Amino acid sequence: MTHPRDWIEVRPEGVWCRPGDFFIDPMQPVESAVVTHGHADHARAGHRHVFATPETLAIMRSRYGDNHFSDAEHPLTYGQSVDINGVRLSLHPAGHILGSAQARLEYDGATIVFSGDYKRRADPTCVPFEPVPCDVFVTEATFALPVFRHPPLEDEIARLLASLRQFPDRCHLVGAYALGKCQRVICALRAAGYLETVYLHGAMQRLCELYQSLGVDLGALEPVTAENARTLAGRIVLCPPSALKDRWSRRLPEVLTAAASGWMRIRARAKQKGVELPLVISDHADWDELIQTLTDVGAPEVWVTHGRDDALVHQATQMGLKARALHLIGYEDDAE
Amino acid sequence: MKAFSRLLESLYYEPSTLGKTRLLLDYLRTTPDPDRGYAVAIIAGDLSLPNFRRAMVLELIRARVDSTLLALSHDYVGELSETVAHLWPAPQAEQSDLPRLHEVVEALRHTPKAQLPDYVAGLLDRMTSPERWALLKIGAGALRIGVSARLLKQVLAKFGDQPVERIESLWHGIDPPYLPLFDWLEGRGPEPVVTERLTFTPVMLAHPLEARDHALIMPDTYAAEWKYDGIRVQVVHSGIGRALFTRTGDDISGSFPDVLAHLNFHAVLDGELLVQRGEKTGTFNDLQQRLGRKAPSAKYMADYPAAIVAYDVLFLEGEDVRACSYDQRRALLQAALERHRPEGIRLSPQLPYGDFAELEALRASVDNASVIEGLMLKRRDSAYVAGRPTGPWYKWKINPKLVDAVLMYAQRGSGKRSSFYSDFTFGLWAGNQLLPVGKAYFGFTDAELKDLDKWVRHNTLNSFGPVREVKKELVFEVAFDAVNPSKRHKSGYALRFPRINRIRWDKHAQEADRLDALEALVAVR
Repeated sequence: MTHPRDWIEVRPEGVWCRPGDFFIDPMQPVESAVVTHGHADHARAGHRHVFATPETLAIMRSRYGDNHFSDAEHPLTYGQSVDINGVRLSLHPAGHILGSAQARLEYDGATIVFSGDYKRRADPTCVPFEPVPCDVFVTEATFALPVFRHPPLEDEIARLLASLRQFPDRCHLVGAYALGKCQRVICALRAAGYLETVYLHGAMQRLCELYQSLGVDLGALEPVTAENARTLAGRIVLCPPSALKDRWSRRLPEVLTAAASGWMRIRARAKQKGVELPLVISDHADWDELIQTLTDVGAPEVWVTHGRDDALVHQATQMGLKARALHLIGYEDDAE
Repeated sequence: MKAFSRLLESLYYEPSTLGKTRLLLDYLRTTPDPDRGYAVAIIAGDLSLPNFRRAMVLELIRARVDSTLLALSHDYVGELSETVAHLWPAPQAEQSDLPRLHEVVEALRHTPKAQLPDYVAGLLDRMTSPERWALLKIGAGALRIGVSARLLKQVLAKFGDQPVERIESLWHGIDPPYLPLFDWLEGRGPEPVVTERLTFTPVMLAHPLEARDHALIMPDTYAAEWKYDGIRVQVVHSGIGRALFTRTGDDISGSFPDVLAHLNFHAVLDGELLVQRGEKTGTFNDLQQRLGRKAPSAKYMADYPAAIVAYDVLFLEGEDVRACSYDQRRALLQAALERHRPEGIRLSPQLPYGDFAELEALRASVDNASVIEGLMLKRRDSAYVAGRPTGPWYKWKINPKLVDAVLMYAQRGSGKRSSFYSDFTFGLWAGNQLLPVGKAYFGFTDAELKDLDKWVRHNTLNSFGPVREVKKELVFEVAFDAVNPSKRHKSGYALRFPRINRIRWDKHAQEADRLDALEALVAVR
């Protein structure tokens, strides 16, 4: 058996598998890329070969056009495996967003699993995370501090709906990541019995249509237009976090600024962004989920990619695991 | 306790004063006594809980959380109360009932010190994270939720439909949970009587002198004094003690024990707080050194000795003299100061003048080096009245100083202005680089703000979160009251009260002023 540390390297482009000669979520165009999910910091355009789930490939085509790759797409359904220069690659559900996957690599008797971004909570828009046994588990650490404990999604949605009842003359503008978070929030609103039309910033429309075409029912959606903007008092409008304070929002009536993000747990952070109604809704694992996952996966060794790696490395060590930080840069998820 | 937690949470995130006022009014209307009184005391910072200490909270959390994780978490969150609120390992059980706020406050006050940690831990175990935050903030004292004691008094005034001055004059004479106050505000009881206490007496304020008022100003009718650039204070000494208040009634006795010690007779005086070294009066900057210190050391008081220029007397030897005329009160004040000769308290001199032209000359004679910011004109036959009556007192500030500065950075505003770049940092030339000298966010109209916002968006070089660096091409005529040397600013200067006087769309950045322009205007120590 060859330990993964002897065949996995961190290079400027990203994590590289030497015998397979492919990268995982590379930041720059490469020959061969395994893409765990469609968020822009993980899925870039311009690779020659792209290995990803059919859903992730569909998202990449929707975002970057049908020519986002220069040679070939290699769709892999969950659990299906492929041999790349003697490395066996398979993808497994990560529960982060539609199509998100963990990448399992097996070479010379050793296995390593890259979690990508993941969560353990129920999410009707994607397949739930599946623990995959391995020798080395590579995990994200976006919310790896014990102060991050995401409340139940239903509670946060209930707060949004309560605010809507309390302030029926204010347009409730919710900042949410356009891919994944937006659709999950809409699904949760529907599950809570909110069947009104939800209004969308232009940047979210195509992705919502894509989700619907892939079988996720989002109910009645309308774009915000110059004509209807002034009539949206008492309505829910979703926009990317960056548009919350943009000129775009000026035409909406009496805006009440909300934001759906795991970061909203930290008061000063919400306040700094001018958020009046912070909704702690995250597509990443919180502290308890991260710890639970280390136990469920059961790997004797853990590598931590991006986020608050020092706390997770400390905790894993306390749990008797071998742990180290990879110090990957470029994946910090501010808008999450 | 749950209602109070919800109130704190909403106040924290509510950006507007109007919104905060509405939240507080709702709370006062729907919350029974004595809970609401304790809530008011907590928000006003008037509740003393000597045993609920930071050290106790630290000890509780250290016993429950790994020390490395605690340190990393505290470092990340920044605030201890919030860190502990999030970290506390609570059984995520079903929502449990909590005691009422007054029960919690009374228990925090009366539980013996040795048993207090157990009581607090027991409560934290039953709380959600926002509830824990509220409880820990009660102990921490400083809430930092953007509600000042002044705003709270205005809300109480609105709640009971009473003038805010009456609330202010009562404030230091009543104790939490203020039952007699609420009885009075809700029309069930008489106005609380406070005599044997050290209380704040609401102050008299002046209107700016407009051109149309000039004809009124004659030497027989109006006396003239300097207007000082210090801090308006009320110093109180009675049979039961001494106190120093700001003009809004905040008690700042603790920061100025030296000033309090000076007043060696029973009186309530109105005056200006300044730093005074022998004959030399310090700048506003000097005074700011003292303001921040809750308990200044002896060395600090020696380096920045505080003194008072007295200009009025409200009570003298227990007698209310506010109904006397200005001339009579001034005579009383002068006689008392001559008799008792208090160290560090001097009389604000009167400025004799023959006609209005002489006053104008006096005003023009004020040089930039002084701590004088203009003239006060006070009607000789006027009584001392709380509030801002029209006619008896006028303030006549010296003309502002102007420089042409170049816009360097723009930051998004808050509240209604949150989508506008409305906070502007500007600089002056030093060689061929610009050094920032100040920041201003008013002085322009709404229409001008729209144009500025557009300009910023079209001329951005870099973005740093809510801040944009812009092309160094737009010139502002900036008005300010004074300029002081400052070690905190890279340029070496700090402007007092800067505002945008005019936007010079027509002017080239190269023609803006150089840093030397401030040198000539600087206030000399």
